[in-house]
Amino acid sequence: MPVYIARRLLQSVLILFGISVITFILLYVLPADPVSQIAGRSATAATRETIRHQLGLDLPLYEQYGRYLMGLVHGDLGHSYLQKIAVADLILARLPATLLLMVGAIVCELALGLTMGLIAAIRRGSALDQGLMLLSFVGVSAPQFVVGIILLYVFAVQLGWFPIGGYGHFENLVLPALTLGLLGAGWYSRMMRSSMIDVLRQDYVRTARAKGISRARVIFGHALPNAILPVIAMIGIDIGVFMSGIVVVESVFGWPGIGQLAWQAIQKVDIPIIMGVTLVSALFIVLGNLLADLIAPLIDPRIKLQ
Amino acid sequence: MISRALLTGAAATALLLALAGGAAADPKQGGTMTVTYKDDVSTLDPAIGYDWQNWSMIKSLYSRLMDYKPGTTELTPDLATSYDVSSDGLTYTFHLRKGVKFHNGREMTADDVAYSFNRSVNPKTQSPGAAFFHSIAGYDDVAGGKADAMSGIKVVDPQTISITLSKPDATFLQVVALNFASVVAKEDVEKWGTDYGHHPDGTGAFYLDNWTLGQQVTFKRNPDYYVTGTPYLDEIDFKIGAEPLTALLQLQKGEVDVVGDGIPPAKFLEVMNDPEQKKLVVNAPQLETSYLTMKTTMKPLDDVRVRRAINMAINKDRIVKIINGRADIANQPLPPGMPGYDKDFKGYPYDPDGAKKLLADAKYDTNQSLDLLVYNTDPNPRIAQAIQQDLAAVGIKVDIKSLDQSVIIAAGGEPDQAPLIWSGGMGWIADFPDPSDFYGPILGCGSAVKGGWNWALYCNKEIDAMAAKADAMVAPDQAEARADLWKQIFDKIMTDDAPWVPVFNEERYTIHTARIGGDPSLFVDPVHIPINNNAVYATDAQ
Repeated sequence: MPVYIARRLLQSVLILFGISVITFILLYVLPADPVSQIAGRSATAATRETIRHQLGLDLPLYEQYGRYLMGLVHGDLGHSYLQKIAVADLILARLPATLLLMVGAIVCELALGLTMGLIAAIRRGSALDQGLMLLSFVGVSAPQFVVGIILLYVFAVQLGWFPIGGYGHFENLVLPALTLGLLGAGWYSRMMRSSMIDVLRQDYVRTARAKGISRARVIFGHALPNAILPVIAMIGIDIGVFMSGIVVVESVFGWPGIGQLAWQAIQKVDIPIIMGVTLVSALFIVLGNLLADLIAPLIDPRIKLQ
Repeated sequence: MISRALLTGAAATALLLALAGGAAADPKQGGTMTVTYKDDVSTLDPAIGYDWQNWSMIKSLYSRLMDYKPGTTELTPDLATSYDVSSDGLTYTFHLRKGVKFHNGREMTADDVAYSFNRSVNPKTQSPGAAFFHSIAGYDDVAGGKADAMSGIKVVDPQTISITLSKPDATFLQVVALNFASVVAKEDVEKWGTDYGHHPDGTGAFYLDNWTLGQQVTFKRNPDYYVTGTPYLDEIDFKIGAEPLTALLQLQKGEVDVVGDGIPPAKFLEVMNDPEQKKLVVNAPQLETSYLTMKTTMKPLDDVRVRRAINMAINKDRIVKIINGRADIANQPLPPGMPGYDKDFKGYPYDPDGAKKLLADAKYDTNQSLDLLVYNTDPNPRIAQAIQQDLAAVGIKVDIKSLDQSVIIAAGGEPDQAPLIWSGGMGWIADFPDPSDFYGPILGCGSAVKGGWNWALYCNKEIDAMAAKADAMVAPDQAEARADLWKQIFDKIMTDDAPWVPVFNEERYTIHTARIGGDPSLFVDPVHIPINNNAVYATDAQ
């Protein structure tokens, strides 16, 4: 096990390195010129060249990357071109909001997805089952900016149950967490349904029923714990899915997380921020996947880590 | 419910104004105003901040030697009590107010003014406004990194500063009213370093009380502000992160007072067609021109006949309709309201047949296709489509490239790229109300370079000489002659060379709750955008 973890961690570092190289190249071959954005419209050519030199943008690409990597090793993500302050500080200030949103989304997707899947499995083949699966299909396929705006309009504007965007209270969290969690809820309900149907077919369930144990106890006491575990093991992978969702959801709801930071930075070609957020997101995805792989054998001893 | 609440508020304001009469002239202090913005505030460092969001915030936190009378473009001394200009027009001596304090409590002196100007020009600061100070003697040495202080700036005594120019500059008093000329406290700049933009410390009407990244910026009234009795508001809360659509809903519920990003285009007609909401809207022309640039260095646009034909082919009426009539048609680079605007100038009226004749004269090859670059935010791509159709009607094929602003700016300065650029969304809004601001940076030879904003790469040496002559007319009694010279310059540019198609001058629309009071001009202040924080008041505090 320790060897496995060590090997996976080393792999993770290599993956992150690869991501940093690719992102760096993509961002720096953009036809956009960050210097024009910084220097302003009345700057002379000489001023622009001075700024280019100060930012090291006149160096060959490999040298620029080398400098960036050296900073990275020391935990320095560079400074924002336009805000001037350290990118690490900007990300750290916003990370708690993103983590909170992700926790909220996990709660939403599990609560909704598992319940829907369970009901669908028990009532397999019924109209209810079909209805729930249709709903999960909608959850999986509806674009998040559409879901977000609809939830905002119905529950905040029309019904007034929740505030219109914002941050700081529990009420603020509900709608964005729901928007972000709906996609996962769709997947989970499908996985939960098939997992539960599988378990309900097992011999031990039939034995339990034959012993005369009530249907409810068989489902909740015997079948559910076994059906739920493989589903929960997927949470690690969700983190990756969330990382792409937060950019949209945070922008719609005005949620002050790193997704919003990335979106604003992209519009202003603030490359150090885009790089920083990309790397932090990649780190989360890599760690999430590692976590999922480590949890798997704990849940199902048949899985061996090698 | 919502509309009634708003109605009551509006009625109360109207009543209050009618009854009190003097209330508008001398409001009581107190109350809070809430303003929303979609994006985080990038910086509050006055040497760096250069967007519509932080521009008026910085105006409230800092003061400058000169300022504008609220709601107007009329210059008035601010940190200076008075100034003298030498007879050759080269030396300006400013006499400063006594007892002005920074928010940190220290008294401001002439040394701080000198420090602030040098800081904005120093390349280490990376100020986008450095070039505005170009006429001060010694600018080149500091901008080139060879010196730390401009030789032209001399501190005579703590209350007097004299600034000598290397060449006469009729816009100099406007320059010292720019945000980049805000007076900062050296000790705070040094203390915070790169983080200074989040810890601003000035002598302005408000001070920064709290800034929660991505959520809220709170300003509180500066109790030591040197203009007694002002500002009126106790507090301004800038709420960050709300999409304009969301913010408009919050405004309708009375949760916020001003939508900082403006009325979202998709909601504009709905707001203007609802009498209750329309009452909350203030509009006025702004010093802005939206235009199409034609790259004068590229075939076939190097032929002036082709450029004139394009001017005649575009149906500007239709384009203004696309933006719900939120603009007036333009025929010259200068917007109305700017000295030098020629109201008798005819330009190139819409004449597709005339355009076809010119193209035939120029033997225009109708098989070639020109790229039209356009900023990819609504309504600009739709405007580009209208231009495309108009040009197709006279035989000019156009491919629309809808791109990000930074990509367009980068391509704009290349001599062999971006033949046509629609300026909308990136357009030229005056830094200060002077015609020279519409020439040097966007039409002058000096800006016809890579990375510059002169996207037509237009350069006419004769006109450059006329502009230099106009800028040298600094005496107050020359103002009229100077405006007249600028009028000739812009007429000549359009008549002789036609490097642009000026399309429209946009109007500004601000929506605010009736809770915030003040003269309508304060809500479309030409300098403070969206509104003049320092001069509006809260009606519920009266």
